Amino acid sequence: MSVVETKTAGKARSLPLLRAIFRRPSGALAASWLILVVLGAIFAPLLTPYAYDIQSLKEAFQPPSASHLLGTDEFGRDLLTRMLYGARTSLSVSSISILISVAAGLTLGAAAGYFGGLFDRAVTTVADLTWSFPEILIALILVAIIGPGIAGTMAAIAVAYLAQFARLARAQIMTLKGETFIEAARSLGAGHSHILFRHLIPNALAPVLVSAMLATGDAIILEATLGFFGLGAQPPTPSWGAMMSSGSALLFKAPWIIIFPGLAVAITVVAINLFGDALIAALDIRDRVRKDA
Amino acid sequence: MLAYALRRVLMLVPVFLAVSLIIFLILHFIPGDPIDNLLKVGAPPEQRAEMMARYGLDRPLPVQYGIWLGKLLTGDLGMAIVARRPVADLIAQALPHSLLLGGLALAFSTIVGVALGVIAALNKDGPIDRAIMGGVLIGSTLPSFWLGLLLILAFSVGLGWFPVSGARTWSSLVLPVLTIGLGGTALVARITRVSMIDAAARDFVMLLHAKGLSPLRIQLRHVLRHALIPVVTILALRIGWILGGAVTVEVVFARPGLGTLLIKALSQHDYPVVQASLLMLAMAVMLGTLIGDLLQAAMDPRVRGALA
Amino acid sequence: MTALLTLDHVSVEIGRSQLLDDVSLSLDRGEILGLVGESGSGKSLTALTIAGLLPLIGGRISAGTLRFDGTDMASLGAEGMRKLRGGRIGFVMQNPMTALDPVQRIGEQIDVVSRLHLGLSAPAARARTLDLLRQLRIAEAEAVAEAYPHQLSGGMKQRIVIAMALAGEPDLIIADEPTTALDVTVQAQIIQILTGLVRERGLALLLITHDMGVVAQACDRVAVLYAGRMAEERPVGALFDAPSHPYTRALIGCIPREGMEPGGLKGIPGAVPSASNFPEACRFHPRCALAIEPCRTERPALAPLSGGGQVACHRAEGRPR
Repeated sequence: MSVVETKTAGKARSLPLLRAIFRRPSGALAASWLILVVLGAIFAPLLTPYAYDIQSLKEAFQPPSASHLLGTDEFGRDLLTRMLYGARTSLSVSSISILISVAAGLTLGAAAGYFGGLFDRAVTTVADLTWSFPEILIALILVAIIGPGIAGTMAAIAVAYLAQFARLARAQIMTLKGETFIEAARSLGAGHSHILFRHLIPNALAPVLVSAMLATGDAIILEATLGFFGLGAQPPTPSWGAMMSSGSALLFKAPWIIIFPGLAVAITVVAINLFGDALIAALDIRDRVRKDA
Repeated sequence: MLAYALRRVLMLVPVFLAVSLIIFLILHFIPGDPIDNLLKVGAPPEQRAEMMARYGLDRPLPVQYGIWLGKLLTGDLGMAIVARRPVADLIAQALPHSLLLGGLALAFSTIVGVALGVIAALNKDGPIDRAIMGGVLIGSTLPSFWLGLLLILAFSVGLGWFPVSGARTWSSLVLPVLTIGLGGTALVARITRVSMIDAAARDFVMLLHAKGLSPLRIQLRHVLRHALIPVVTILALRIGWILGGAVTVEVVFARPGLGTLLIKALSQHDYPVVQASLLMLAMAVMLGTLIGDLLQAAMDPRVRGALA
Repeated sequence: MTALLTLDHVSVEIGRSQLLDDVSLSLDRGEILGLVGESGSGKSLTALTIAGLLPLIGGRISAGTLRFDGTDMASLGAEGMRKLRGGRIGFVMQNPMTALDPVQRIGEQIDVVSRLHLGLSAPAARARTLDLLRQLRIAEAEAVAEAYPHQLSGGMKQRIVIAMALAGEPDLIIADEPTTALDVTVQAQIIQILTGLVRERGLALLLITHDMGVVAQACDRVAVLYAGRMAEERPVGALFDAPSHPYTRALIGCIPREGMEPGGLKGIPGAVPSASNFPEACRFHPRCALAIEPCRTERPALAPLSGGGQVACHRAEGRPR
């Protein structure tokens, strides 16, 4: 089957790709922030002298200062420390659940697009139905079924975005299906699973992965919203959303408890979007000059 | 057009049945028994069985669904288990607040979003375009509950212009509408800009120029009209999304409405209320797509022709 | 008496690439000038240049002058050009399928031209529109005026586009590949309509095409463009009898003819180069069977031919020595 080439990106191409992303100021800025956050999450214990879970009520509600750069929360815990540890929860919960969502959505959508028929119609109908439903509602229902906590949040995010990936994968497969190299593979006697997993899915992967990356940003917001409702990570585990669950009650007394985690969410999501834009531009450089006919 | 509208409405019936079945089923997987919330600890089993029978929870599932659906169609949404009032009353109280909030937010997003999108498209790649699209990116990525809290902090606490919460005055609507509307505005502005630019590159626009029409007239009378078709479609599909924003924002601003009703009912495992409020939201989503399709048909003769 | 339209050593740039280089043409009332060449030769760009539509595609005139009825078009400004477009200069686009606004009724799309350029009231404009449709032998003109573009056939749409071009009482019609997107049977009708207009109304017609058959059938004179430059410009009879430029000969060799031997239809090897890598000197030399050393080093000047017309080629036939 080696005659039939798949257009997967090799390692040789990833280096110029990174360079192209960093050449755009917005891409470079976004990538730097994301790297910073990931490093902060990984090395959290080395970066801060405080523990994220030990309460010290006499230090509660301290505004930002030299010893507590971002202040302390209602239990006297250092906010920056909790945000660094919170990045671990928020980033891993959202990216892992999006990965689950992509894997499931890709398989479902690709199979639907490839086999067509009744299965396709069933998948498309359900996907269309859930897609027009707000993610937060789907997530709320799932959390209600599974129960609050990290597992519930992950299931909620995975299911909430499933429809989006299934639709996208299906659309990709539908356009690829008619292309010559698939016809060629089929005429050479390749079986369904070979065509699906060796040819169609690898070729549909790039757009799906880029949109998965953008969806991770939305997932961070969804995680934060569930956390804000007290349905996400449970105390004392910090997550950017859960840190804000004390919510409006503390808004007047110690606004920094709300402001900083939210700011972390907002900047990270903007960074993910800018990085995604740079990635799209780097992957797909079109000659936009209109040529004389 | 009328025949098309009628057919489109009829197509909603199976969708409604599917949605109602899904909502009915999902809710029965929720752990935690509402009856437990009503009974004192250590209540005798007979009392429990009697309660189950009173709310019809002892019958087989299909029968429960049939009964539920039948009552639903006559406007009987059952009794709220925790609140001990007809669910229809609760919904009737909450719905106008949500509709007002969602409607105003939708109107705000559409008007401001289209205007920003048009301005950005007319200044494509210029500094104005970049500024608008930068603002749009930030507006679409802020978590709405956080944005709401920040607005409260700035305008209610800091400046004292608007009430912090509640729904008693018109001014209490400003911040919630703004909170939901900013996300919607970002969405609308982005689609408007892209479809304006797409439409402006179409062949027929070249002929309009060749006919000697003024550039502004071409942009506003022809290009914008085309650009609005996808805007309307996507906006209609995303009405649910805006209502979803309303759910969160209602809680942040402690406003009565479907969102607060739903969140409270979820935490209390109050099935009938959860079912009814989900169903209301689902119906709003379906109506949104219906209105979107009808508007699209009104705006585009090709759609009318294909489906009439 | 100068011609209605003259292009005098006109060059056009889009961004940094020069896509038209030193093009000179003239066209008078009652005359049909064919502009031919392969895709990428600059034909459509010439049309857009004359209609003043270059800014739409980010282009500009970098050298030379265009005169319309004695007036330098550069002196008119954007607003003056806009009055000319659709009024004294009518434009017929390549693809009638996509040329009409799909969400506006046909009648309104034609009406606007005479309202704008002739200052007619709405009812008068509609009367004129219906009159034009009837002149173009469209049955049930009223019904067509109330229709939307998607309800009409391709040939019908092209007549609509022609009606629009005529609505402003033009002196000049620019037709950019008016038949390329149409069925062969409809092609002949459209060409007939266009040539009829020239003969009956004394219009000037610039007919852009890559179809040498259409040229032979309809045109009085022909200009051949290659890679943004003039290759040859001749009366149509002379061009077909004794083509001078090797490129013209190759183009004519591309028409199937009666009594031709199988395999006698010759294509031209290679393709038109893109503007970013136009060859030095004569731009045709890499594809030319007759190329000699000067073709690679020295740009051939446009020189007059003995039977009228001009050619730019070191190996041209029929050049006075």
